[in-house]
Amino acid sequence: MIHFVLLISRQGKVRLTKWYSPYSQKERTKVIRELSGLILTRGPKLCNFVEWRGLRVVYKRYASLYFCMCIDEDDNELEILEIIHHYVEVLDRYFGSVCELDLIYNFHKAYFILDELLIAGELQEPSKRTVARLVAAQDSLVETAKEQTSSITNIIAQVANTASL
Amino acid sequence: MSGPSLMDSLFQRTLEDLIKGLRQQLIGEQAFISKALEEIRKEIKSTDLSTKSTALLKLCYLSNLHFHDMSFAAFHALEVLSSPRFSHKKIAYHAISLSFHDSTPVLLLITNHLRKDLTSTNEFEVSLSLQCLSRIANVDLARDLTPEVFTLLSSNKLYVRKRAVAVVLRVFEKYPDSVRVCFKRLVENLENYDPQILSAVVGVFSELACKDPRSYLPLAPEFYKILVDSKSNWISIKVLKIFAKLAPLEPRLSNRVVEPICDLMRKTGAKSLLFECVRTVVTSFSEYESAVRLAVGKIREFLVDEDPNLKYLGLHALSIVASKHLWVVSENKEVVIKSLSDPDPNIKIESLRLVMAMVSEHNVAEISKVLVNYALKSDPLFCNEILGSILSTCSRNVYEIIVDFDWYVSLLGEMSRIPHCQMGEEIENQLIDIGLRVKDVRLELVRVARDLLIDPALLGNSFLHRVLSAAAWVSGEYVEFSRNPLELMEALLQPRTSLLPPSIMAIYIQSAFKVLVFCLHTCFVRGGSTAGVSASASYESFDDLSIENGAGSTVAHGQTCTSAPITNESIVNLLKLVELALSPLLGSHDVEVQERARNLLGFVDLIKLEALNSLGQEENDSEQKGVEATKIIRLVHDAFSKELGPVSLSAQGKVPVPDGLTLNENLGDLETICSDIELPSSNTFSFGYPSEEKDVSSFSNLQIKEDSGQSNESTSLLAEHRKRHGLYYLPSGKNEVISNDYPPANDPALQGDNNDTASDLVKLTAESLVPKRKPNHSKPRPVVVKLDEADEKPVAVKHPESRDDSLSGAVRDILFGSEDILPTSSRSNLPSSNRKGKEKQHMITQVESKENVVGDGNSSSRRRKDHSHGKERRHRKKNAEERNETDRKEKESSSNHPRRHKSRQRAEEPLKVPPQTSVIPDFLL
Repeated sequence: MIHFVLLISRQGKVRLTKWYSPYSQKERTKVIRELSGLILTRGPKLCNFVEWRGLRVVYKRYASLYFCMCIDEDDNELEILEIIHHYVEVLDRYFGSVCELDLIYNFHKAYFILDELLIAGELQEPSKRTVARLVAAQDSLVETAKEQTSSITNIIAQVANTASL
Repeated sequence: MSGPSLMDSLFQRTLEDLIKGLRQQLIGEQAFISKALEEIRKEIKSTDLSTKSTALLKLCYLSNLHFHDMSFAAFHALEVLSSPRFSHKKIAYHAISLSFHDSTPVLLLITNHLRKDLTSTNEFEVSLSLQCLSRIANVDLARDLTPEVFTLLSSNKLYVRKRAVAVVLRVFEKYPDSVRVCFKRLVENLENYDPQILSAVVGVFSELACKDPRSYLPLAPEFYKILVDSKSNWISIKVLKIFAKLAPLEPRLSNRVVEPICDLMRKTGAKSLLFECVRTVVTSFSEYESAVRLAVGKIREFLVDEDPNLKYLGLHALSIVASKHLWVVSENKEVVIKSLSDPDPNIKIESLRLVMAMVSEHNVAEISKVLVNYALKSDPLFCNEILGSILSTCSRNVYEIIVDFDWYVSLLGEMSRIPHCQMGEEIENQLIDIGLRVKDVRLELVRVARDLLIDPALLGNSFLHRVLSAAAWVSGEYVEFSRNPLELMEALLQPRTSLLPPSIMAIYIQSAFKVLVFCLHTCFVRGGSTAGVSASASYESFDDLSIENGAGSTVAHGQTCTSAPITNESIVNLLKLVELALSPLLGSHDVEVQERARNLLGFVDLIKLEALNSLGQEENDSEQKGVEATKIIRLVHDAFSKELGPVSLSAQGKVPVPDGLTLNENLGDLETICSDIELPSSNTFSFGYPSEEKDVSSFSNLQIKEDSGQSNESTSLLAEHRKRHGLYYLPSGKNEVISNDYPPANDPALQGDNNDTASDLVKLTAESLVPKRKPNHSKPRPVVVKLDEADEKPVAVKHPESRDDSLSGAVRDILFGSEDILPTSSRSNLPSSNRKGKEKQHMITQVESKENVVGDGNSSSRRRKDHSHGKERRHRKKNAEERNETDRKEKESSSNHPRRHKSRQRAEEPLKVPPQTSVIPDFLL
C-alpha cells in the first residue's frame, strides 16, 4: 500500500502531504526533511526509486515539482509511477495545464482530487474521465452551497449596513 | 454576541488571502503565520459555520504545509462536521482525517456523525465519511460502524461500494471480529464484473494475503479466474501479488498458475505488469525451470534498457534470483560489474549487492581487488559502501570464505589506507579478531600493523585512529613476530601520537610497555644464556619453535636482530626515548593515559636503577642486582606472554550460579516492565584467557549436571530474561556443547579439511615448523579458532501479534467453516471485548452528557442534538429489523459476552460452508 504522498518543490517547499499510515506531527516533519534531502539532491536521468527505512519511495519530477509516494518493499514501483502520472494527468485536466501555482492556491482541491484517486493507500479510480466527472459533481455541490452563503452574507451585510446607518 | 461574529465573517481572510499574504512575506513568515493562527483561533470559535469552516480550512493549510499543531481545533472540526452543508462537511472531514489520531480525545464523539453520513443518501457524503473512517478508525469506531460498512458493501451505487470495499481492510485490521460479519460479502464482490469493484476487492485481498497467506488459500479458484480473465493491468498486478504469496504454500496451485503467468509475461506490453510477472516468478516459482528462464530473459532486457528505472529493477530482480539460481547472476556478470560505475548511486549499490552475492572462496581475492579499485575511484559514500560490504562478506560466519589470511590481513591494511575509508571500527575489530583466532597469520598481521604504525601521515586522519589502535595492540601483543622491535617502539612513541584520542593513546602506551619488556627480555634474559631461556619461555611456543627450527639455535632470534640488533646501547637509548616521550604525559588530563604512562615510567625507573647501572659496569660486581632485574623482567614478560584468546559465546552459561543468588525473584516483573526493549544483534567478542575458561567450563559442566534438576526453573527464567535483555549478557551458545571449547566437528566450514580440533592444533604447530615467508595460495586454510557461537543467536522472541492472528483466525473460521476450533484469539479477546463493551456504554453516556452540556449552552446545537438523536433512534430501529432479517448483524453496543457469542454463532450458520477443517481442498479442479 501507499504510506504517504508528498509534493515537494525543487526549493524544498512542501506543496501537499497526505498520510495513509499513522505518523505523528513530529515524525511527519522529520520524514519530509529526510526525504527532501534524499530526493532533491538526485540528478536528472537517474532512476526514480529510493530506498528509505526499509520502504521504497518512488518519485517523479514534473516541471519544478517532485511527486513522491512511499510504498512497501514488495509493491510494484512501475505501477506507482503510473499512478503518479495518472494523478498529474487528472490535475492537468482539472486545472487546464496545471502549474505549481495552481496547486499552491488550490491546495484543498488537489487533496480532493487525490482522495478520489486513492483511498486507504490503494488506487481507487483508474479512469481519468470518471475522476473528472466526480470532482466536477462535488464542486457543483460546493458551489451551490457557496452561492447560498454568499446570498445570505449579502443579506446580513445589507442589514448590518442599514443598521449602522 | 452576533456583532463580532458578523464582523468576522465579513472581514475574514480567505484561504487565498492567507496563501497570498504568506507568499509576499519574504522574511517575516513566522510572524505572519503566528498572527494568522491567532486570527484562526478567534474565528474558529465563531457561531457562524461558514466562518468556522474557512478558519478550519486555513488551519489545515498551515498544519499540512507548515506543520503547525491543529489539535486544539479537534472539537471545532466536529462542530463543522455537523453542518448540513456539503462544502462544510468536506472541509471538516479533510481536517479530521488530517489531524485525528488514536489518542485524540474527541474521537469518541465522531461515531454518530460518521454513522449518519454513512447512511446518507448523498453518495459523496458517504464517500467522505468512508474516506475519513479509513484514516482514523480505531477499535471502537471499527466495531461500532461495522454494520454500516457491511450494508454499504452491497450498495448498488458502485462509487460507494468500491470505497466501502477499500475501507473494509482498515476495519478488519482494527477489529478482527468484523470479519465474521463482512467477509462473505467481500468475497461475493470478487465475482463482480465491474472492474472498479474488482480492483478494490483484489487490492484488499492482496494486502490481507501479505499478512497471512494461508487463510486465503480456499479463495484460489476465484483469484485464478480473475488472473485469466482480467483485462486490466492494475488488477492483474494485484492478483499476481496474491499468487506470489499463495503459491509457495500449495504445490498444486503453483503447477496450475505458472502457465497463465508465463503467458501474461509473454503477451503484455506494460512494463509494470511485466515486472510484476518477473518478480512473481523469481520469488515464488523459482523451481519452474522454464518460467525462470523466461523471466531471466526479461530481466536481461531490463538490464540493457536505457531507462535507469528498468535497469534498477532488473538488478533488483537479479538479487532476488541470486539466492536460488546463482548462475543467472554469473550469466549477467558483465552488466552487473559495469553498473558499478553507473552514475546512479542506487544502481551502484544494487549491483554491489549482486557482486557480493557472487563472492565465493575461490574468487574472493580477485573480486575484492576489483572492488577496492572501484572504491579508490568512487565518491566517499559509495567507497565506504563497498568497503563495508567487503568487510561484512569476508567476515561472515567467522571468515568462512577466507582461505589465505595473509592476503586478507594485508587487504585490511590496504583498505584502511584508502583516503575516504571510514570503516575504522570494523577494521579494528577484524584485525584484533583475526589476531586472536588465527595463529598462522600473526606474522603477517604484525607486519601490516607495523606499516600502519610507522607512517606518521596516518595519524592525522581521525577515521584511521581506530585502525591504528588495533595495529598498536596487535604489535604489542604479538611483538615476538616483529622484525624490529626498536623501530616499533619509535613508531609507538612518535610525537604525532599526541593527535590520538586519549583512549587510543593509552593503548599505544600499553603496547609500548609490552614491546619494551620484550626487548629487555631478549637482551638480558635470552641474550645471556639461550639454553636457560628456552626452558623458561616454554609458554612461548611459537617463539621457541621458530628458534628451534632454524639451523642454529638463534636463527629466529637472529632474524629479529639482523636489522637492528638489540644491544645494551640500544636498550639505554630505548629507555631514554621512553622517558622523553612519556614524561609530558604524566600531566595528561586523561586518567587512563596518565596511569599507563606512570606505570611504564615506573618500570623504566626500576630497570634503570637496578640493571643498566650494573650492566654499564661490565657486569662484574653487581651480578646480584643484575639477576634481580632479570627476575623482574622475566616476571613481567611472563605476565604479558600469556596468550589471549576469543571468549566462547557460551562462556556466560558456564559460570555456575552462586549459592546465595535466587534468580526466581523479580525477573518475572522485569519481563513485563521491559518487554519492549529490542534485542541487539550479538556479534561482539571479548577477550579472556582460554585456559582458564576451559577450567571453568569443565567445572561448571559438573555443576550443571549436578543441579540441573533443581535449577531448571531458574534457568528457564534466566533464558527468558536473556532473550529480552541480550544486551546485558554475553552472547550465549547452547548448553549442550559447553564442554567443547573448540567444537568445529559439526562445523560445515571446517569439516572438509580438519575434523578434530585437538589434532588440528598439533598439525598447526607442526606446520609452523616449516618456515614460510610468502605463503602460496595452494596452502591449506589455517585453523580459525571458532567457539560454539552462532548456534543459538538470541533470536527475537516471536512476538504474538494478537491482532493479525485474530484477524486471520477469524478469516480461517469463515473460509474453512471450522466450528469446532474456536480461535484462540477470539477466546482471548472475549474478556477484553466485554470490557470494551462496558467502555462503550460508558462512552455513550459520556457523549450524551457532553451533548447536554453543549445543548444547554446554545439553542442551535440543542436542535442539532435532538435531530441527531431522532435520526439515530430511527437508525437503530432499522438496524434491529435488519438483524432480525439476516441474523447476521454484529450486536450493537450494549451486547455483553454471552449474547455476543451467540450472535456470532448465528452469523456463522447461514454461511453454509461445508466443514472441511484442516484439509485443503483441491481448489482448482
